[in-house]
Amino acid sequence: MTRRPLLPVLAPGVASFRKDASRSGHFVSGSRGETRVATHCCYCGVQCGMYLRVSSDGKVFGVEPRDHDINKLKLCPKGVTAYQQVNHADRLTKPLMRDRRDEPLREVGWDTALDRVVSEIRRIQQTYGRDAFAVYSGSSLATEKCYLMGKFARVALGTRHIDYNGRLCMVSAAAANKKAFGVDRAANPWSDMLESDVIMLLGANVGECFPVATQYFWGARDRGAKLITVDPRETPIARTADIHVPLRPGTDAAFCNGVLHVVEREGLLNEEFIASRTTGWEQVRTGLSEYTPERVGQICGLDPGLIEKVGLTWGRAAKAMAFHARGIEHHIQGVDNCLSVINLCLATGQFGAAGMGYGTITGQGNGQGGREHGQKSDQLPGQRMIEDPEARAHICRVWGITDDELPRAGTSAVEMVHQAEAGEIKGWIGICNNPMVSMPDSARINRGYDALEFHCQIDFFLSETCARADLVLPGTSWAEDEGVSTNAEGRVVKYNKASEPPGDARPDWWIICEIARRLGRHADKFAFSSPRELFEELRVASAGGQADYSGMTYERIEETGGIFWPCPAEDHPGTPRLFGERFHHPDGRARFHAVEWRPPAEEVDRKYPLRLTTGRTVAHYLSGNQTRRIDSLVQQTPRPWVEVHPSLGFANGDPVTVTTRRGSATYPALVVSSIREDTVFIPYHWAGRVAANLMTVDALDPTSRIPEFKVCACRLEPGSKIDEPPAPPVPPGVAEYPRVGGLDREEPSAPQGRGTGRG
Amino acid sequence: MRSKNLFIDPGRCIGCQACVAACRECDSHKGRSMIHLDYVDMGSSTAAMPTVCMHCSDPVAPCAQVCPVDAIPVGSDGVVGTASAELCIGCGNCVHACPFGVPKLDVAEMLQYKCDLCYDRSSQGLLPMCASVCPTDALFYGTYDELLQKRPSAQAVDVFEFGEQMIATGNAVVAPAGRNDAIPGGYSVWSELAQDDS
Repeated sequence: MTRRPLLPVLAPGVASFRKDASRSGHFVSGSRGETRVATHCCYCGVQCGMYLRVSSDGKVFGVEPRDHDINKLKLCPKGVTAYQQVNHADRLTKPLMRDRRDEPLREVGWDTALDRVVSEIRRIQQTYGRDAFAVYSGSSLATEKCYLMGKFARVALGTRHIDYNGRLCMVSAAAANKKAFGVDRAANPWSDMLESDVIMLLGANVGECFPVATQYFWGARDRGAKLITVDPRETPIARTADIHVPLRPGTDAAFCNGVLHVVEREGLLNEEFIASRTTGWEQVRTGLSEYTPERVGQICGLDPGLIEKVGLTWGRAAKAMAFHARGIEHHIQGVDNCLSVINLCLATGQFGAAGMGYGTITGQGNGQGGREHGQKSDQLPGQRMIEDPEARAHICRVWGITDDELPRAGTSAVEMVHQAEAGEIKGWIGICNNPMVSMPDSARINRGYDALEFHCQIDFFLSETCARADLVLPGTSWAEDEGVSTNAEGRVVKYNKASEPPGDARPDWWIICEIARRLGRHADKFAFSSPRELFEELRVASAGGQADYSGMTYERIEETGGIFWPCPAEDHPGTPRLFGERFHHPDGRARFHAVEWRPPAEEVDRKYPLRLTTGRTVAHYLSGNQTRRIDSLVQQTPRPWVEVHPSLGFANGDPVTVTTRRGSATYPALVVSSIREDTVFIPYHWAGRVAANLMTVDALDPTSRIPEFKVCACRLEPGSKIDEPPAPPVPPGVAEYPRVGGLDREEPSAPQGRGTGRG
Repeated sequence: MRSKNLFIDPGRCIGCQACVAACRECDSHKGRSMIHLDYVDMGSSTAAMPTVCMHCSDPVAPCAQVCPVDAIPVGSDGVVGTASAELCIGCGNCVHACPFGVPKLDVAEMLQYKCDLCYDRSSQGLLPMCASVCPTDALFYGTYDELLQKRPSAQAVDVFEFGEQMIATGNAVVAPAGRNDAIPGGYSVWSELAQDDS
């Protein structure tokens, strides 16, 4: 490895504008005859509108802001550069295969590749049974593909083992919403925030993970609303909040109970709402006496006065809204944490009008759509439960199969990998995920994948997970296909095709249908020739379910700013706001759930005295397979860091070794007083030696089966050498991406990345 | 005097660098960002601030005044352009003259680069790239009235003191209401300028 020469000494003001270090060759300057394809961003749950700029020879070469109802021209740094994935040199353009794991991957033709998958599926299912083959999907796929993955697993493979990467994302919120409201969807369009008096944001680093959503929170504040943020770190949106609550990781339910205790004690309940629209309040009320501000202050590591203040501010608000994200969901108590927020909203009657409501902010672009049409282990299309006889009958009718042929509920994503480790699952098709980076306790995840007899992965870049597969099939980026996506509001928007897939890459739905066709089991049920045909079947399958898309058409979605489900008829306007008159349980009432705070799976002790929490940074997305290859994003944030409070005695840039019971790595320290003294943070987007998930614990929530990414016990020691982030894997014959991260020798500057103003 | 200007509000900057990424997308300097994004409170908070060309109006553009070859154009609308590639000799006078530290010199090309307010876009009624994408309107492009409609408490500062030297600028920095001294050495005469304008 060569080291970057020391920077030459230059006068201030010389050559410090940020330029593309390496691949400016793939930029094409503005050309005549360009077309602009209206679409949406491929990244987070905001789903900003954008135009892709396409040259006269059909190449995507740029982006133009789009004045869509969601984002009103705004984009974040990931969105601005998203188009650079499309013609990236690292794209997979041919199927890659190997006969043994110690051989390198080699290019093969589609026939060879598809025959291999089919023969392995047959061999494994005949030898070990149908359920020995698993499908692990993702929610960055358009909804048509998510729908297809569920149908493929259940109908073509006949396996009960299908799940998706939302299991690592917002399933706690989904489960809590179902329990409390009888439906899993945010209650409001975000524009409702503008009429709110108080907004509480829990465990959501909105400024970095959903930057464009900030305009709604601050739009409310500009109109006089108060913003309360709850997070162990003072994130960019927390920095200027009216009240910031820096609680200890793993204590969210105690905090919310404490706030509700104050609301109840001060007589700020909405008794009428509780009586007429809910059930279960008495059990909640009984439990509240335990959660005095003093006790909660001790549990959460907070001044009890802060809990009083939040209780009074929330309780006295005429209109209040609460939003949360992974910060409270990634816990063994994730579902309960969400329920404790919902309890607060129900007890104060904050539903059913603009400015009043509740929602989770989905992490993945299609996090909502991807979890409601049947690729979740226990669900069928339309947010139907797979063990519900009526739901089974409906889907069997739509799919033309018998109830015997429709498998029962499967297991969750992390559990499936553990089953592979135990030898219960032998074959695997993965699409749209990168568990080598994103699943907890990486060492165990590696063992699980190692134990598979056959592993096929579909992606458009060679992820760390692809790089260890037996077979890699080249799919498409979001710009090369059409389909719908449902954002965090429950609003369905449409991706449009801007260019052809590169080389021999094929649309993901084509790949799946082709496997089904060659496999032969119900092959006629996979004769789809376009996403539109899939969407038409999805409409029928979802009809009558909670997430009813049956009244939507591609044309209607394009003509509007997107349609909120349920939309049961073509003349139905969609449903932006839920719960105006009734909740979705049969009796129309919402359910309170008494929540008892429990400590995290791993408490601190003498040997591991600090709490480790993980999360995201603004320049990167999830497992980093897409963003660790984009110049400006890598320049902004070239490597992970460990964020520590000054009181721990490290200097900024020091090598610091983080150790948990599962693993250890050395990072440069980012020393900031904006994090709790007892808490350390590592962003998780990187792989290999610096993967944060080497250290996380794989304890799961008993209901949602979400891993506890947000808290485990760790210790810090001075390190000797900072571990280098590995370059992202590339297909054979492609030069490795310049190791911008590996060559980085500067100290970390801020959680959001490196400034550009030096020099 | 332009009717529309950039208003820079450091209180709203989340440091995400969407502006930096977007600046690189401008057709006239694709692949190169002209924005200085500083984390101004390192070690204590996530505070950040973008610096773009302020388009000095009085005295007009110190950068242009000191250019020995008159390479920096100043439009009748007050927009101070990037140095013309045909004329620029890479002497760096502009770099030293700018009170805000905006222009930079590319020593390999021996050319100056700086923000020209996305002239190719703004002259056609499009928003400059940075202000278009900025998720929080920390970079807001519009008239002062439009700004006040969105943020009634906003106060624009567009006169800055550097020692003995006073500089009035086309673009402005937003300070919270009632804090005329919020920007060190800077204060607001925006409303007076706006009246002169009308």
